[in-house]
Amino acid sequence: MKVGLFIPCYVDALYPEVGVASYKLLTALGLDVDYPLNQTCCGQPQANAGFESMAVSHAEHFEELFKGYDYIVGPSVSCAAFVRLNYPDLLHGKHKCESAEKIMDIVEFLHDVVKVESLPGRFPHVVSVHNSCHGVRELGLSSPSERNVGSYSKIRDLLSLVDGITVREPERPDECCGFGGMFSMEEKEVSVKMGQDKLQRHIDTGAEYITGPDCSCLMHMQGIAKSGKYPIRFIHVVEILASGL
Amino acid sequence: MSTRHSKAAKSFLENVERSEWHDNTLWGVRVKRDRMSKSLPEWERLRDAASAIKRHTLSHLDEYLEKFSENAQRNGVIVHWAANAEEFNAVVLDILKAHDVRKLVKSKSMLTEECEMNPYLEAHGIEVVETDLGERIIQLLDQKPSHIVMPAIHLTQEEVGELFEKELGSEKGNSDPTYLTYCARESLRNEFLTADAGLTGANFGVAETGEIVICTNEGNADMSTSVPKLHIAAMGIEKIIPDHKSLAVFHRLLARSATGQPSTTFTSHFRKARPGGEMHIILVDNGRSRMLAQEKHWETLKCIRCGACMNTCPVYRRSGGYSYTYIIPGPIGVNLGMARDAEKYHDNASACSLCCSCDNVCPAKVNLSEQIYSWRQELKSLGKAPMTKEMMSRGMKTVFDRPALYNLALKCSPLINAAVTCSQAVSLHLWGKGRSLPEFAKESFHSMWVKGKVKNDK
Repeated sequence: MKVGLFIPCYVDALYPEVGVASYKLLTALGLDVDYPLNQTCCGQPQANAGFESMAVSHAEHFEELFKGYDYIVGPSVSCAAFVRLNYPDLLHGKHKCESAEKIMDIVEFLHDVVKVESLPGRFPHVVSVHNSCHGVRELGLSSPSERNVGSYSKIRDLLSLVDGITVREPERPDECCGFGGMFSMEEKEVSVKMGQDKLQRHIDTGAEYITGPDCSCLMHMQGIAKSGKYPIRFIHVVEILASGL
Repeated sequence: MSTRHSKAAKSFLENVERSEWHDNTLWGVRVKRDRMSKSLPEWERLRDAASAIKRHTLSHLDEYLEKFSENAQRNGVIVHWAANAEEFNAVVLDILKAHDVRKLVKSKSMLTEECEMNPYLEAHGIEVVETDLGERIIQLLDQKPSHIVMPAIHLTQEEVGELFEKELGSEKGNSDPTYLTYCARESLRNEFLTADAGLTGANFGVAETGEIVICTNEGNADMSTSVPKLHIAAMGIEKIIPDHKSLAVFHRLLARSATGQPSTTFTSHFRKARPGGEMHIILVDNGRSRMLAQEKHWETLKCIRCGACMNTCPVYRRSGGYSYTYIIPGPIGVNLGMARDAEKYHDNASACSLCCSCDNVCPAKVNLSEQIYSWRQELKSLGKAPMTKEMMSRGMKTVFDRPALYNLALKCSPLINAAVTCSQAVSLHLWGKGRSLPEFAKESFHSMWVKGKVKNDK
């Protein structure tokens, strides 16, 4: 099984340690992982802002880069969801979109494909899980609070394999943090308020860390925490899962 | 970078106590709705069924409308068709004039808001009295609804107390909700008794029987139709459902989704006029058949106006109904406004973080966020695309289309960090207060990989 590691632009630039943890974890699990060079952006920010046509060239580039892999795995739910749900439309009429079938967020990949049952790491901390909107409602990483479906969480399942960890969830467990790409700039005040509210609910769980499957939500809340000097740290799920490596 | 929505939201949020109260109150309704939806094991199947029934009915709308109209006429109801708001208002006025009506009592109808019926009738000398409590409150304040199910949700009980003291002569300083409801009831009782006609909306029109169904908690639709002998019902053409079997599906979903009740207190079926009375149904298009032809947006017509998408929307809860420029706010309002007149109501398209919560509460499974996404794509061709967003997107495209340029840019990231820190003005302009900008890492993943640092770091 050949895995192409997808490191989205902002993870590459702002959170390279999340990329490193992803690589380490996947290789430690015995997978054949490669990182194709010259990756840039999936095009989601432009498309969500209303400029989908500007993302078409990114989709084509992405298809070309990852065509030799069985799976494309990345540590960012909203980017993975964009590739899976929007690329077929972007490439419609050009050629069949293969990436959409092969793309997986790293949490769902570890949970559903690799079916990880044990991890060597230890993380003796209390964490509050941030259920990113697109992870919950587009990729199905956990049961959406709106729906009457059996309660589950792939994030929780994986985190519970780590020794010493205490996993909590905030009240309103999957309310949006208010990032939303350019939404955060166009609707600044609402976005900041959503972030402040979300952050406070995470803090109220008594957690030392907020952890989630998407660095963009974490980045947004981190910016608010830094500005307001809130006493909480941020860590991507994959960094916890890779903590013993 | 701002829109009329974001500017209004900013002022809404300036009153921290009130905006948090608004958020918590509406979240409370969402919690009640969750409790109800989770008490029915078949909830998700009901939503599937509702969506399928609407899809079927809307794709056979001509047949069902004719069937409905034939059956209603067979019951002795006088059926009218109105192509637009002007025709609708004129039909109502004609009926009222023919019966020499001076005072009209009405129950809640978003359609009459959409058609701006009240000011039209008032300009023609008709006194119009809203009888839904929330609607009555905002009528006395000369305001518009800020929510489609709870139209006065933006007001506190103290404000209602002050209003009633002035308008209805209630006790000074008494803002006890039970007392205020009693005062409104007293005052409305007199309006019902002296009205010459009653106008209602319709939650559903049942094609197989030609009846309309109205759901209220206050019984005001029943009072509006059981005192005056003349009943006029206003109904958008998308409210048609095939039969009682489908009504059962929607009835189980409506109140549970709207207010978290298993059912509204009153569910009234109107099939024919009372003895000696007259019943009219006005079927209103007003842009609906045009929406039906919009490939990407016809699903808005599946909406049953429960308001659940507003209650769950994190943006609506934190910006309030008045921050939207269309009469219907929240996710469904963004879409209905755009479908009605995209050039006029494009400002609301910013009011969405694409969290998709609305899609998952909607009892008719309207694809609300997908439609907002797709409206945003259309803003460019309407000449309404926000310039800063377009420039940023273009800039991103330029860099991301050239991996070498992108990687080179990242090599300069310490400089970017420094520049951003220095330029507080840029940061404030784009990112606002209360949030620090993220910092670039010392070295990108790509650079580490190329240097072999990732593989060796074991």
